[in-house]
Amino acid sequence: MSDNSKHHVVPLSTYYLIFLALMVGTALTWWVATIDLGAMNNVIMLTIAVTKATLVILFFMHVRYASKLTWTIILGSVFWLLILLVLTMNDYLTRSWLHYG
Amino acid sequence: MEQQTEASLLGMWTFLVTEILFFGGALTAYLVYRNWYPDAFALASYEIPIMPGAINTAVLIFSSLTMALAVHFAQTGDRGKTMLFIVLTSILGAAFLGIKAYEYHEKYVEHFIPGFGLPFEFPANPEYTNAARIFYSLYFVLTGLHALHMIIGLGIMTWMFIWVKNGTITQEYYAPVEIAGLYWHFVDIVWIFLFPLLYLIGRHVHHVG
Repeated sequence: MSDNSKHHVVPLSTYYLIFLALMVGTALTWWVATIDLGAMNNVIMLTIAVTKATLVILFFMHVRYASKLTWTIILGSVFWLLILLVLTMNDYLTRSWLHYG
Repeated sequence: MEQQTEASLLGMWTFLVTEILFFGGALTAYLVYRNWYPDAFALASYEIPIMPGAINTAVLIFSSLTMALAVHFAQTGDRGKTMLFIVLTSILGAAFLGIKAYEYHEKYVEHFIPGFGLPFEFPANPEYTNAARIFYSLYFVLTGLHALHMIIGLGIMTWMFIWVKNGTITQEYYAPVEIAGLYWHFVDIVWIFLFPLLYLIGRHVHHVG
């Protein structure tokens, strides 16, 4: 029990490393935003943002060391968020098809 | 105690799920309108100076680091350092809000506030005035809700500081600090998405000249 009652303490070096990665990610987003890559700009921008968010969730919010139940709740929320975004855009992005049909 | 900590963290995550979907709704509105007015949104976004937003992104990431360190020292039972890092987190949070207030004032000066009967002008392309009005409405709703969360976060930091100082928080009962940390990091994550979506979508089209 005494072994279990100790919560996982993340070493400080991990936090510094994640901090550094987040800063580099921010600089990278800014730099990429000034280069014209067409639609890819959005893709790269959001990929960096999702990566940064994942790093914060896994390490700063300790989810990497959390229980399966916590994982389930978080992945569930991502799933619902995707339903919200994808089904909404599924409607709006396909409305113009009517004009060709 | 371990089970109680686990249960309270799970409860906080459940709350954060509702928060994710709350901001998700606002982001969906952004997505729909940006899809309707892509050019106007790119130009309106380009009109926002990038520097204050970028500095604020760095400030928030830095505050997430100090918050993580505060939780770390609460876990290891170092009260002095826990208090120090809670104070640092609060100072960075306040700095963020200060820069945000400066940005809001700039919008007021530039006539970019779509409401309160204030004059709204979009000289970069007057044809886009109405769509730009929608962009700035979304800008103020999203950053305003985010700023409100920051203000609540500062209140929570004050609360945690008091609890660490008066000995309520111990190495065994550090869950409140960890939960406060979850909230703080969540608000950071929201900004991680708002920064590119509001400040950066027009750069690659308009940065020349």
